[in-house]
Amino acid sequence: MTTPLLTFNALSIAFRRRGEWRTAVRDVSLSVQPGETVGLVGESGCGKSTLAMAGLGYLPDNARILAGEISLTGESLATMSPARLQQRRGDTIAAVYQNPATALNPALTIGRQISEIFEYQKGLTARAAMTAAKAMLEQVRIANPEQLLRAYPYQISGGMQQRVVIAMALAGEPDLLVLDEPTTALDASIQADVLALFDDLRRDLGVAMLLISHDLGVVRAVCDRAAVMYAGEIVETAPVSELFAQPKHPYTASLIDCIPTGHTHWSHERLASIPGYPPALGERGAGCAFAPRCPVARAACQQQPVALAWLNNSHASRCLFPEDTAAPGGNRPPATPGRPAGERVLESDDLVVGYKGVRVLDGVTLDVRAGETLALVGESGSGKSTLARALTGLTVPDAGSVRLDGTALPGAQRKRVQSTRRALQMVFQSPENTLNASHRIGPALGRAIRELGGLGYRAARALVPERLAQVALEADTANRRPAQLSGGQRQRVAIARAFAGDPKAVILDEPTSALDVSVQAAVLDLLIDLQQRRGTAYLFISHDLAVVRYIADRVAVLFLGRIMEVGPVERIFSGVRHPYTAELLAAIPDWAQDHPSTQAAPVMTGARDRPTGCPYASRCAYVMPQCANEPPPVREPAPGQQIHCHLPINELPGSLYE
Amino acid sequence: MRSLTRSLTVSPGLTIGLLMVMVWVVTAAFAPWVAPHEPTAMGVGPQTAAPSWGYWFGTDQYGRDILSRVIYGGRYVLAIAPASTLLGLILGTLIGLLAAYGRGWLDEVIMRLLDAIMAFPIVVLALLALTVLGSSTLNVILVIGLVFAPLIARTARSAALTEVRKEYVEAARLRGEGHWYVMVMEVAPNIRGPLMVEATIRLGYAVFTSATLGFLGLGVQPPAPDWGVMVSSSRSLLTTAPWAVLAPALAIAAVVIGFSLIADGLRDREQQ
Repeated sequence: MTTPLLTFNALSIAFRRRGEWRTAVRDVSLSVQPGETVGLVGESGCGKSTLAMAGLGYLPDNARILAGEISLTGESLATMSPARLQQRRGDTIAAVYQNPATALNPALTIGRQISEIFEYQKGLTARAAMTAAKAMLEQVRIANPEQLLRAYPYQISGGMQQRVVIAMALAGEPDLLVLDEPTTALDASIQADVLALFDDLRRDLGVAMLLISHDLGVVRAVCDRAAVMYAGEIVETAPVSELFAQPKHPYTASLIDCIPTGHTHWSHERLASIPGYPPALGERGAGCAFAPRCPVARAACQQQPVALAWLNNSHASRCLFPEDTAAPGGNRPPATPGRPAGERVLESDDLVVGYKGVRVLDGVTLDVRAGETLALVGESGSGKSTLARALTGLTVPDAGSVRLDGTALPGAQRKRVQSTRRALQMVFQSPENTLNASHRIGPALGRAIRELGGLGYRAARALVPERLAQVALEADTANRRPAQLSGGQRQRVAIARAFAGDPKAVILDEPTSALDVSVQAAVLDLLIDLQQRRGTAYLFISHDLAVVRYIADRVAVLFLGRIMEVGPVERIFSGVRHPYTAELLAAIPDWAQDHPSTQAAPVMTGARDRPTGCPYASRCAYVMPQCANEPPPVREPAPGQQIHCHLPINELPGSLYE
Repeated sequence: MRSLTRSLTVSPGLTIGLLMVMVWVVTAAFAPWVAPHEPTAMGVGPQTAAPSWGYWFGTDQYGRDILSRVIYGGRYVLAIAPASTLLGLILGTLIGLLAAYGRGWLDEVIMRLLDAIMAFPIVVLALLALTVLGSSTLNVILVIGLVFAPLIARTARSAALTEVRKEYVEAARLRGEGHWYVMVMEVAPNIRGPLMVEATIRLGYAVFTSATLGFLGLGVQPPAPDWGVMVSSSRSLLTTAPWAVLAPALAIAAVVIGFSLIADGLRDREQQ
């Protein structure tokens, strides 16, 4: 057997917080062999990033290795000199982080940033280093590297930036790349592209990877083997195909069942949720860390720590009763049919919003009915959030109208009446900023009930416990400040706030995209239950198509401010579709396959180069001469589905729906 | 309270600053018990006597006890400085919030006006205003407060700019809250930190400015033992009885430095 590139041997790491040492990583043993791709998955706070930092020798000052050892190709990190460690960080191990924008220096050109690594690590001359930089950009599949070398980071897209960061990491010809959430900050289609690049890199260069991600779909698509972390421990490790088909730890099984598959609507299959919360740093019981939340826990689980036990030569689980683990899908509660959609509640008619001479929204017409969820999808910059702001009056549209219950509303929020505000509310994306950090939850929610429910101060405050209970929060949440709540809890408060005046329509702008998968499942469940009880209309903005497939009844696809397609969710996912929708769908890490096929990189277009015809024409694989100049006609392949495309129905991508 | 004691031990500058200021606050508050003599009583000792066990800081040309005058003098400065800073803080915060929340042309108009005001040296502005208004303690407070408002407004605006873009502000607008409610109840509490630091810096400057105005004869009038007035009326003694000038000058310096140490300590805590 060859020497592993990176080995963690029975590693435990603690952090000093408020004068106490709290264990963040406990008894972790994991190795990465040459050429191997290993995934490290888990929810936020489980210790996966700490582990990666430790592997690079980058632990912060308030961290300490309690026990165990880290070694790079058999050489212990603990005995390495700083100079030796610095050298090995280039030629043995290199890292790529989540946010490419902060990894690049905004004041230097891309060429300068890549070539200085060659100058520093290989002692090349400036000219030779620039040539090497160009070759490296070709290695990461960049079509015209000369142009990119002269660009500054702000001039290129997020996907391009991440490729540049990857090129920089590869410059020292490392044997192992540590990738910490490398695609989390990227759009779905760019994510698919970067994942495909990882596949190419390991095939062409044989570079090994340690991929850290909260996204099981990404890990499944890219990795050979994965380790699942919970509360600082590896609870299960196995080859990915086995891990997903036959999980042997209840946490893994629950986590898999929390993730929307991208194939079913909630009325056919509900997502699982994991009750409770993970233990806080250093505050776990004596027994198995997952026991308090485990569906199959027994008395024995609470008594003493459980060791990682090998079930066969490649599959290990930290569970006393691995055979009790439910098969995939086994944690999902039974589904119930939804209620039929009612009358049109919220409509927009030919809505136009301009910004500095660019039409961000270019004539958007759509409607949402009572009790129905219309999902709005599209890449960043497509105008999704602008549409939400225009509908709520936070942005005043330049033309077109918004109607609520058939009545046209004034464009500006300030000119609308209180009954309109009560009936049309919004839930925002960021759990950090959605609540006022200075206000306790009780008074904040009370204020919303008072203003939107038209109640007096006392009556409103008296309703707070009941409203908190409706979003599954304890009554004592009222006394807390936002900083004392988790992201999921804050988002629940934001939902309670939006529902304070029993709204008819709620706009949900990426409400779960900043949450962990298990928390996302619970929040989606809450939204579905509220809608079923009250018949609320939802406009659900999301870039995550698997979530859209799960929650939406109908889908509208937006590209550069224009609607490309509207239709029932099952038609769009399994019938014929607009070429742009097809591109978006191709970007979901496919659950049917373990590895995605490499596809051509989409050409990025900006809102300024809008053609008079179809805005998607310059990027479309099916482009025809008339696309650039003539506005596309509306095709109706099925009742309720409208596709704006020059292609005849039988030539549209996807298959005709049976 | 625990966080306060912790920051005191963590930041020695903050502790020293607080001690330096507290000495003057306590002695000024208990002046009738602490001061050995009446501050305005002439001939309590010999004229221009050097510091001695009987008169720690010496006496001035009228035989007044300088220690007693410095202790009582703290009462003027330590009333004028906080009152004028508070006025500047309230005005400046409101102006800064209005600029940040209003954005666009309102922001431009307000900020350019403030730039124009700030182009004048503070003392020149204060001189001008006091010459027109006449000198009294109340007018000194008003004038210092007014000239500080633009400086505080800039800090308030830049802190509020990041806050007004946050989603909780949009949520408030979506439930129909008025502009003033959003600015004062939603945004203002979240810019407390930088405003407290700015206000502490201004306190030091207010001490300095009120002493300057006293020195120039535009503030508190003699024979009141204001520190600025004391320096001014004893400046002819600089060569013969330097203690008469040095004692009030050092008192001014101690309070100004004390406030500036507190401001630095608060800023460090803010950035943690």
